[in-house]
Amino acid sequence: MSQWKNFTKGLIKDNPVYILLLGLCPALGVTTSAFNGLGMGLATTFVLLGSNIVVSLIKNLIPDKVRIPSFIVIIASFVTIVQLTMEAYMPDLFDSLGLFIPLIVVNCLVMGRAEAFASKKDTLSSMIDALGMGLGFALALTMLGGLREILGAYSIFGIQLIPGVSDGMLVFVLAPGAFIGMGYLIILFNYLKKKTA
Amino acid sequence: MEYFAIVIGAIFVNNIVLAQFLGICPYMGVSAKVSTSVGMSGAVLFVMTLATIVTFLIYNYVLVPFNVTYLQTISYILVISSLVQMVEIMLKKVSPELYQALGIFLPLITTNCAIMGVALLTVQNEFTLLQGVVFAISHAAGFALAIILFAGIREHMDLMDLPKAMRGAPAALVVAGILALAFMGFAGLV
Repeated sequence: MSQWKNFTKGLIKDNPVYILLLGLCPALGVTTSAFNGLGMGLATTFVLLGSNIVVSLIKNLIPDKVRIPSFIVIIASFVTIVQLTMEAYMPDLFDSLGLFIPLIVVNCLVMGRAEAFASKKDTLSSMIDALGMGLGFALALTMLGGLREILGAYSIFGIQLIPGVSDGMLVFVLAPGAFIGMGYLIILFNYLKKKTA
Repeated sequence: MEYFAIVIGAIFVNNIVLAQFLGICPYMGVSAKVSTSVGMSGAVLFVMTLATIVTFLIYNYVLVPFNVTYLQTISYILVISSLVQMVEIMLKKVSPELYQALGIFLPLITTNCAIMGVALLTVQNEFTLLQGVVFAISHAAGFALAIILFAGIREHMDLMDLPKAMRGAPAALVVAGILALAFMGFAGLV
């Protein structure tokens, strides 16, 4: 498999959220706006990149029996880095993502890539895999956040689409909109996957 | 009264799945049949209560006195995953029947963000130990309510003639959305 294919597989073909159905909790929980979705997506990408690099570098040093706990410690360290950095430099985003920042540690996407990819492949491939999967995750969250923001507040990234009108369909900002919006985006991605395959 | 507010708030108003989006993976994954979702709910109730007690003690008697609260995420995930392992080993010895019933669900729970989420929320809300336990049990009950209702609907959905593109995950998510809409009716109750 060429590295280019390795990179692009996460965007549509194996999109972590819409095709593999991984990491649904943050995908539904934080996507009240496109900006929140993008922030969460990039935070997860950073954790994924860090943990994939470290895991692939030390994969030969970890005894097979304790590999899962070791992965958990590596992932949790990167999550703590993100948590402290974001609290210091982006307090607003930190407040709106809230509980879901520490919960990156139990995101099955991060653990899944460490176990299925980084613990078997070389460092360069693991880096590219992490970037592709992370950006696919960020794309998925930004799309869902954008959809909910457009329908719920008639704005995108905080920019009003119709001047003077700011209260849209409230249901899309609230919990039900997340589920319903994701259901239809899964249909879209299944269609895109079939189209490009 | 205070405990009553915690219970109602956790089960109905801020339902862990339908309002707080925690534990979506098992909610989507094991809700195909009512019987498996009952098993999962039992396992969640058991581990969530234990994990909340243990993480509460660790936070207040280890992390706070030594001024290392930034280790919260790492210590919690380690405690929860070793707790799940320990519970599994002990159940196998002490109560084989219960192990039979919960067995396959226990390893899945480590990656269930609901457990970690409730442990973190207990600290965030500055609960006492007893309040934390009540909080955990009612959140587990809320999880059970949501997943069993959902499994009941999904069993019926198998018999429906849905458009091909909607079958499977998309239809399940739309149904979950409608369920969340119904639970929004409880908003403002507490």
